[in-house]
Amino acid sequence: MTTTALRGAIVVPVLSAALVVVVLAGVALAGGTITWTDTVRSIGTHLGLPVTPLSPLADSVVWQLRLPRVLLAAAAGAGLAVCGCVLQAVTRNVLAEPYLLGISSGASTGAVLVLVLGLGAGSVTLAGGALAGGLLSFALVFALMGRDTASTSRVVLTGVVVGQLFSAVTSLVVTAWGDADATRGITYWLLGSLAAARWSSVAVCAVVVVVATVVFVAVAPALDAFVFGHDAAVALGIDVRLLRIIVLVGAAATTAAVVAAVGAIGFVGLVVPHAARMLVGPGHRLLLPVSALAGGVFLVVADLARRLAFAPHQIPVGVVTALIGVPTFLVVLRRGQRA
Amino acid sequence: MSEQRAISEDPGVLEARDLGRSVHGVDLLTGVDIVAPSGRMTGIVGPNGSGKSTLARCLAGVTPPDHGVVTLDDTDLRTLPRRSVARRLAFVEQQGHAEIDHRVLDVVRLGRLPYRSRLGALDEDADEVCRTALAEVGMAGTDQRRWSGLSGGERQRVQVARALAQTPDVLVLDEPLNHLDVHHQFELLDLLSTGASTVVIVLHDLDLAARYCDHLVVLDGGRVAADGVPADVLDADVLDRVFRVRGTTRRTPHGARVELHGAASRHPDAGRSRRRPLGPPDQPVGVE
Repeated sequence: MTTTALRGAIVVPVLSAALVVVVLAGVALAGGTITWTDTVRSIGTHLGLPVTPLSPLADSVVWQLRLPRVLLAAAAGAGLAVCGCVLQAVTRNVLAEPYLLGISSGASTGAVLVLVLGLGAGSVTLAGGALAGGLLSFALVFALMGRDTASTSRVVLTGVVVGQLFSAVTSLVVTAWGDADATRGITYWLLGSLAAARWSSVAVCAVVVVVATVVFVAVAPALDAFVFGHDAAVALGIDVRLLRIIVLVGAAATTAAVVAAVGAIGFVGLVVPHAARMLVGPGHRLLLPVSALAGGVFLVVADLARRLAFAPHQIPVGVVTALIGVPTFLVVLRRGQRA
Repeated sequence: MSEQRAISEDPGVLEARDLGRSVHGVDLLTGVDIVAPSGRMTGIVGPNGSGKSTLARCLAGVTPPDHGVVTLDDTDLRTLPRRSVARRLAFVEQQGHAEIDHRVLDVVRLGRLPYRSRLGALDEDADEVCRTALAEVGMAGTDQRRWSGLSGGERQRVQVARALAQTPDVLVLDEPLNHLDVHHQFELLDLLSTGASTVVIVLHDLDLAARYCDHLVVLDGGRVAADGVPADVLDADVLDRVFRVRGTTRRTPHGARVELHGAASRHPDAGRSRRRPLGPPDQPVGVE
């Protein structure tokens, strides 16, 4: 108790501070003439603090373009990391995460169907399509996986199969019915892009992620009890059916909100919980908030690294997370095989 | 020790009536009636595939039976809230697999989950209860070791410590001696048989079952083949008919001892032509 609580007391404030710093850095270091001071001044002005306002043009660059993008990255990173944590808990598999399980693909397909085919004729939003697709792929993954979720290869293979299915459907829809612009835009977006960030998408994404995280923290002891599986959790007095519903719906909704806003960004849900567990141990009461903060930091930094390292090329942020995620995947896989 | 159970003379009776369970059309249990007397140790024995584990899981409330009821002090387990069941009844599975690498203390603390507060915080005494439980299974001082670094026997003992940390009235254990060396087998059985809880334990070793259990249930093909005091239950006929071994059971002041001599010829009607095992028939061939 004491050592874990102590670690939490250090890690949580440090990560919170780091998140603020990287958010400011994400705005200030993104090129152009915007400086750190400009960033702080613009944000200060909008928060009603007594600071000298920027010129309207510079202010709109900070407030309308860069800050939403960076905050969206933080919210998406947090959401994907938290989803990774809870999916790993209920499948008892450290490789489970929205992207590898094919849920991101399902959400993409749902979003693309709405976008390209105009399904629902405007009554269904992009996020609604993504949610439906996410839930569908979730149901499919768990139906195919059966109860044997502890088998690493089975979880990964099921995820790959479902992911491939939905990718194929998406490609079909885009190439058959999308025009050239839509094709380019969507392909780019499916690799994960923060370019479409607006305050409205930030708000939706942030609210869903925060609500989901709070709900997941509330069931943290039940998630802990799952470490030895379904039967052990039942024997410890956990309502397993209720927990599964909470986790599956919560994770699908969060993934959908994230995918609708930034596309399918992979591996955040794998890399971040893994690192967070090394920091604060496997107890979910601490692991979930720490993963959320670390996920936010991770995706903001990944987006910034993408800009700084590959400018002027617009590399999708999902490429960066995959470059970091694949080696992590291999490390986790090797560890699992040794144990 | 706020919510600690007072050591009582009468921890509780676990009972199953007319229990039935089938999976994919195969009957695993049929019409099983058993009573685990309060504060006593009840052993479940039987050959492979006789339904021992299924029965243990039903008794622990982990697997719902298709037919019949399991009661704790005459109350149907299914009518009780899960958490209050978990405060009174603990279950140790045959093998606990964990992919996420916990520390030993984290695992044992799972046993305090049924006592957590509304906000999910563990009780104040949790760590003390857990350390005591670890000491009881001979794992004192291992709190910070990692699960992945434990041997099979150590993992098994940590699981028992987790169950003890639930401070249960009734303990159901499915072959807890697996992976344990002989010293720890005796140590665990001593601990369980001297404790105040009602114990239901699935065992493979007939001699240990006869020595330690107050009451034995013999399963065969998902049905109760015999039950009662070990010395009466494990007679030569049951050993031959159910376990297909030759052996002798003798009474001792504290229970019974079983000495096995070897495999029985298959079945009175089936295995006539098989050669008898080599060696004099009355020489012990080692205990299973």
